Amino acid sequence: MVNPVLFWIIAAITVIPALSLLFARKAVHVAMSIVLVMVGLATAYVTLGAPFLGMVQIVVYTGAVMMLFLFVLMLVGVDQREDLKETIVGQRWIGLFTAAGLGAFLVSIVGRVTIAVSDAPVTGEPDVVAVMLFEKYVLVIEVLGFLLITAAVGALVLTHTPRLRPRRTQLEVQRDRVRVGADPVNKPMPGVYARHNALDVPALDPEGQPIDHSVSRVLKIRNQTQDGAEFRAQLEDPSRKEGDR
Amino acid sequence: MDPINFVILASVLFAIGAAAVLLRRNAIIAFMGVELMLNAANLALVAFSRIHGEIDGQIMAFFVLVVAAAEVVVGLAIIIAVFRARQTISLDEPAELKG
Repeated sequence: MVNPVLFWIIAAITVIPALSLLFARKAVHVAMSIVLVMVGLATAYVTLGAPFLGMVQIVVYTGAVMMLFLFVLMLVGVDQREDLKETIVGQRWIGLFTAAGLGAFLVSIVGRVTIAVSDAPVTGEPDVVAVMLFEKYVLVIEVLGFLLITAAVGALVLTHTPRLRPRRTQLEVQRDRVRVGADPVNKPMPGVYARHNALDVPALDPEGQPIDHSVSRVLKIRNQTQDGAEFRAQLEDPSRKEGDR
Repeated sequence: MDPINFVILASVLFAIGAAAVLLRRNAIIAFMGVELMLNAANLALVAFSRIHGEIDGQIMAFFVLVVAAAEVVVGLAIIIAVFRARQTISLDEPAELKG
């Protein structure tokens, strides 16, 4: 039998973070909550007499799978916004109703079941599991090996981008840049000669005017920049003395 | 406490995962919903393994774990490929197959 306190703790640390799947805005927050859910599930496995599976759960899910999710989140950009426009009319309510109905259905059915719990519980220690895996289910293990290799190769193929045109050297890049009349040199670094030497402050040109494109585009999207206008106003304010700057 | 309660917990988690798949438009979050559904099924398997006193349920859960890992790898690769092609991971955006 399972300690009720332990059960309710497990229920709390699985269900509450799992709800972030529905309510959290940022995918990173969701990923971190799912890590907590996975740890809770591993605890449940150990409680139910499956210590090997609990450890595998922690290693595979919290260690590998969720970190893979975080890698992909970094690749596609953390700032991917979710558009709130509904493509299918009323999709939110249909989906919510369907999922809640499914949950209520499952819970009501399972709650009605009475099952005699075995008096001789087995514990899935690694040696017990290993004998099972490599004797009774050895063919399945082989097939899973094929599956894992296929998945790895498939992921490589899917993310591989063939080079369609010859590699451009630095010289060619620079020539093209000059030909189209773009700025032949690098963009000015932010913060150069400005009042604060920081990434969020635009650089000043020789005339003392802020250069807006010297600040990173990412900072602008996140609204984490200092406005150039503030510095422009200070520069143009005739009441300020030269020494104040 | 009866281990059947863990099956009820698994049902609740499964419903939450299903709701995430149905409601969220961010592909990665929907994918995490799929993961949660797989894990809910795993929890049910382990709970039944405990109820029946047989270890086969845990072995099945182990197989589900391995298949889920392979599925995550391919799924995330597809998400990255789609992102490279259209600069978005919204599930509603790719509507080319619409008649």
